[in-house]
Amino acid sequence: MALAKRIIPCLDVENGRVVKGVQFVDIRDAGDPVEVAKRYDEQGADEITFLDITATHEGRDTMVHTVERMASQVFIPLTVGGGIRTCDDIRTMLNAGADKVSINSAAVFNPEFVREAAERFGSQCIVVAIDAKKVSQPGETDKWEIFTHGGRKPTGIDAVEWAKKMVDLGAGEILLTSMDQDGVKNGYDLGVTRAISEAVNVPVIASGGVGNLDHLVDGCIEGKADAVLAASIFHFNEYSIPEAKKYMQERGIEVRL
Amino acid sequence: MSTIAVIDYGMGNLHSVAKALEHVGDGVEVWVTADPDKVRAADRVLLPGVGAIRDCMAEICRLGVDQEVAEAIASGKPFLGICVGYQALMQHSEENGGVDCLGHFEGRVNYFGDELKEEGERLKVPHMGWNQVSQTIDHPLWADIPDNSRFYFVHSYYVKAQQADLVAGRTRYGVDCDVAMARDNVFTTQFHPEKSHTVGLQLLKNFLSWNGKV
Repeated sequence: MALAKRIIPCLDVENGRVVKGVQFVDIRDAGDPVEVAKRYDEQGADEITFLDITATHEGRDTMVHTVERMASQVFIPLTVGGGIRTCDDIRTMLNAGADKVSINSAAVFNPEFVREAAERFGSQCIVVAIDAKKVSQPGETDKWEIFTHGGRKPTGIDAVEWAKKMVDLGAGEILLTSMDQDGVKNGYDLGVTRAISEAVNVPVIASGGVGNLDHLVDGCIEGKADAVLAASIFHFNEYSIPEAKKYMQERGIEVRL
Repeated sequence: MSTIAVIDYGMGNLHSVAKALEHVGDGVEVWVTADPDKVRAADRVLLPGVGAIRDCMAEICRLGVDQEVAEAIASGKPFLGICVGYQALMQHSEENGGVDCLGHFEGRVNYFGDELKEEGERLKVPHMGWNQVSQTIDHPLWADIPDNSRFYFVHSYYVKAQQADLVAGRTRYGVDCDVAMARDNVFTTQFHPEKSHTVGLQLLKNFLSWNGKV
């Protein structure tokens, strides 16, 4: 009897459609988010993460309706991220049916926002998303830095220290995306995943770069992640969730079948 | 038409549980309410809850939910407590420096601790995700749910019951956790049935067809 590692399909949503880019550009349409989420729910996904990459107000309203529609049909935990900047944003998403929200840039600009959000809504629903990129050169001690704006802006903040700080402020979970890896399908950055997972006491979700099922296994075993997130391998039917779970189970990982 | 009152004391997300009940309820009327008359009138009562126990207990007492709960439990109508709604029924919680709870069950709510381990492996807190629940008694709410099914948990404090014969389900996470209890018309779960996919929906369905008798 043990806690299962979670498999989380991630839906990047723009103006009410699921999209998936390669390193945040080159976007491909992957369908209606509610339909996609229902399919994953039926396949046995352990959780669903929704990232709203819309920039417009109309797009945001569409997102709220999408979350509402999804929450009445999908009965597994639902995390919503993208553009969460205020407690009102959090309240809106939770009322729409999200179970957790993921805070990214807003945490960098105002770390106290994480504390405020955790105090108001409880740590269990506050996920802090960290976009990290390796900045050390080969031969140097490994070092990763936080980036914002979809990986374009460096902040000079050390990723491991940042994760610890976010947890101290009340983050209940860390969603760690390795920017070098995102969309390129070479696997997670296992170094930063492991470093952060060992540095904090809350669950860490590995994200960015999954191209095959071994990457999920590596994320759990070498990266010590508590959950593994992937997008395109599931969206484009390269692998199904049951295939992924079976593969992980055969390699000794506890999963929910 | 069957009715269920989901007690709203301002804590957490009641949308999920209301939607799940509507989904399995086949016409059940779900009232998300703190109005004592409605809670009294409903055929079934559900006490949900997420967040910190001190805030939850403060709101429960401020809104008179403690009375509503006591009355509903005494009335014999089916009563379900979920997560913090379960913990609130115990005597005392360690959270927030120690908070007295409603005391409908004997036992305490303890912190998992910062050094939680299983076979040398460190375990994260909160206990977040899908864990297996062993059914320690037969109960109408376990109907059609295989023993050791996985349910979704998210909590940093766990119940240690004093009345072992009232424990209905257990989970292991570094320590043995009493994750479901049952007495007469009351059933409680630490996990979130509304987020536990097929098995969780089955439990809610069982609750909606339960007459409150064991």
